[in-house]
Amino acid sequence: MKVALFIPCYIDQFYPQVGIATLQLLKRLGCRVSFPLQQSCCGQPMANSGFATRSKGCDNNFIDNFKHFDYIVAPSGSCVLHIKEHLKSETHPEEAAHIRGTIYELCEFLTDILQVEYIKASFPYKVGWHNSCHGQRGLYLSSMSETVSPEFSKPERLLNMVRGLHLSIPRRKDECCGFGGIFCISEEALSVKMGTDRIKEHELNEVDYISSADVSCLMHIEGILKRNKNNIKTIHIAEILNSKL
Amino acid sequence: MLSKEKILQVVAANQPEFVPLPEMNHGCLIEYSDLCAQFKTASENVGATVQRINDIQVLKEELKKEAEAGRFIINTIAGLGTINKQATLLPAARLNQLEKVYIKGTIGVAENAAVWVPESNMLNRLLPFIAEHLVLLLEKKNIVTTLHEAYQRIDISTAGFGVFIAGPSKTADIEQSLVTGAHGARSTKVYILE
Amino acid sequence: MKTTHAALAEKFIANTAQTDWHDRTLWLVRQKRDKAVHTLPEWEILREWASQIKNHTLSQLSEYLSEFEQKAKANGIVVHWAADAEEHNRIIYKIIRKHNIQNIVKSKSMLTEECQLNKYLEQKGIEVVDTDLGERIVQLRKEPPSHIVLPAIHLKKQEVSETFHRYLKTEKGNHDPQYLTEAARQHLRTKFIESQLAITGVNFAVAETGGFVICTNEGNADMGAHIAAVHIACMGIEKIIPKARHLAVFLRLLARSATGQPITTYSSHFQQPGPGQELHIVIVDNGRSKHLGRKDFRNSLKCIRCAACFNTCPVYRKSGGYSYHSSITGPLGAILNPNTDMKASADLPFASTLCGSCSHVCPVKIDIHEQLWKWRQVIVAEGYVSRKKKTGMKIISFVLSRPSFYRFSGKAGRWIMRTFPFLLKNKLNPWFHSREMPEAPKQSFRDWYLKHKP
Ligand code: SF4
Repeated sequence: MKVALFIPCYIDQFYPQVGIATLQLLKRLGCRVSFPLQQSCCGQPMANSGFATRSKGCDNNFIDNFKHFDYIVAPSGSCVLHIKEHLKSETHPEEAAHIRGTIYELCEFLTDILQVEYIKASFPYKVGWHNSCHGQRGLYLSSMSETVSPEFSKPERLLNMVRGLHLSIPRRKDECCGFGGIFCISEEALSVKMGTDRIKEHELNEVDYISSADVSCLMHIEGILKRNKNNIKTIHIAEILNSKL
Repeated sequence: MLSKEKILQVVAANQPEFVPLPEMNHGCLIEYSDLCAQFKTASENVGATVQRINDIQVLKEELKKEAEAGRFIINTIAGLGTINKQATLLPAARLNQLEKVYIKGTIGVAENAAVWVPESNMLNRLLPFIAEHLVLLLEKKNIVTTLHEAYQRIDISTAGFGVFIAGPSKTADIEQSLVTGAHGARSTKVYILE
Repeated sequence: MKTTHAALAEKFIANTAQTDWHDRTLWLVRQKRDKAVHTLPEWEILREWASQIKNHTLSQLSEYLSEFEQKAKANGIVVHWAADAEEHNRIIYKIIRKHNIQNIVKSKSMLTEECQLNKYLEQKGIEVVDTDLGERIVQLRKEPPSHIVLPAIHLKKQEVSETFHRYLKTEKGNHDPQYLTEAARQHLRTKFIESQLAITGVNFAVAETGGFVICTNEGNADMGAHIAAVHIACMGIEKIIPKARHLAVFLRLLARSATGQPITTYSSHFQQPGPGQELHIVIVDNGRSKHLGRKDFRNSLKCIRCAACFNTCPVYRKSGGYSYHSSITGPLGAILNPNTDMKASADLPFASTLCGSCSHVCPVKIDIHEQLWKWRQVIVAEGYVSRKKKTGMKIISFVLSRPSFYRFSGKAGRWIMRTFPFLLKNKLNPWFHSREMPEAPKQSFRDWYLKHKP
């Protein structure tokens, strides 16, 4: 199985450890993983700011890098959703369609494609789970509190395989953290308020870590935690699934 | 009539291509094992009280007693005693003192406690709203499961006015604290005749 | 410069206690909604039916409007058509003049709010008494409603108490909701009894029967409509549904979505004028027909005004209705307002994290968050964003679409952050105002990969 690793730009630049964990995890699970070297960004920052027309360059570059694989996997629900919904190409429509259909967020790739039932990992901490909105409501990584449907959660299923991990779900189990791409800058005060309120619920649960399938949410939450000298740490799910503590 | 033509013209030009109506198969709808019990639970949840009676006599006596006590009560149900048509036509300023009105509902809906009252039953459209207290009489056989079934049984085009009433008038507009008796009846009691 | 959602939100948040109360209270409403919808196994099917019925109706809207008018007229209802808010107001004013009406009561209607009817009539020296408790409260305070279903949700009972003390002579300091509601009941009873004209909204107009349905919990629409000699019901062209039996679908969805009640206390079906009464309907366009032509946005015309999207929206809950600076607030306002005034509403589609909760609570399946995304594209294309943002975006997209450039700037960026962190950690960087910057690692993932490549 030829798997391409897509490491979104801010992960590449600021959170390389998430990329490393993803790569190692996929390899351990038997995938042939490669990392197309000329990749950069999915174009989401522009598109969500209203500049989708400007993401053409990103789109073409993305297609060039990722057209030759069976699957594309990324440790970011948000970027995957963007590609799935908005990757377009006038010159290479078929390749764009192929990519849209074969790109997966890490958790869903593990549960749906690799159908992982067992992961050798241990992480003896109390972990508060944060559902990222794009992963949840966009990619349906888990059921949501808005709809009447059977409950499920792909990330929770995976985390439950980790030895020693004590999973903790906040009271509002799927409320947005307030990152929201451009929103975190343009609506700075509100964005911080939303993040702070999410953290409060995890604090009530006395978690050691807040984890998520999206680094963007975590980057925002981490920024607030650190500013307030809060001891709670953030960690991406790939790092937990790849840890052998 | 200029605006009408203009609006309809733009609407016709802008409306999307024909989309069919959905097939609504009622097989998926909720069912209750005991409609009457469910109706009672739903009623209590919306703040109404329910009393099941085997004999209309109970209600007749209640009405008689209240009339004897000199209360301003209006009965609109033929089976309960005489109907004072004159009273139903009193001006609003006078009806404002109306303590209680007795009205027959034609359909009760188990899922949501709504009782259908057509204009012909209430005699005056204002009565169920302006009375301080509302008493509805409902026959058990007329309780249906959901609103879908209710609309199959009633024809809204035959009444000049009709209303589904579920419980007493209420509001939560001040800090979301629920208060009954906003503008309409302060209480709604439903008698279910077995 | 016009005040933006971001600035108004910041002001709102400054009062933490009030913000937290607002957030908690509306979240409670959302939870009540959840509880109610989970009692129905067919909930998602109902949403789908409602969505399809509305899609169908929009596709045949001109036919249904004509059918409705014809049937309504046959029922003895006088039907008026208003191209815009001004005409709507004028029609009502004419009726008032014709009957020389002094006393007017009005029940909740977002349409009359949209048309600014009260203001219009006020300028002509005519007073309209709003009778919905929440609307009466904000009317006395000379404020607009901050929520389409809960107009006074931004107020605490102490504030209501003060207002009532001032205008209704209630006891000073008594802020018991029961007491205050009772005071409003007595006050408004007098208004109802004196009323000569009742103005109401319309929740659903049925093409098949030529009648319409109004839903309230308080009974205020009925108190007005059955006492006054003249009743005017105002409806947007999108309120039409084809058949009476479709009411079942919408009434089952509406109250559960709005407040978690299985149905509103009163669902009143008006078919003909009452004995000796005059019944008018004003059918209003005010931009809706144009909206219908916008393929990407037309399905917001399916809205049944339940406000579930407001209650679920974390941005709305934590920023309050007034931060949307328009008569229809919340996520709904953010997708409706740009249609009528794009310039004044250019910031609203950006007042969202695109979390998508709204689209999933919406009982008629409006793709609210996707419309927000699409509005952003339109607003940028039409030039309603600041020059600064545009230049910034140009640079970002230039960099991100050129891998070698991106790597250089990434490295440079990180290098800068590590060496001179203060360069970025300044007041001009909104991120940094209340958040730390992510710590820049020595090497990017790509650097690591190149070293460790098999
Ligand atoms: S958009 Fe949907 S959820 Fe929002 S008010 Fe309208 S119908 Fe309700």
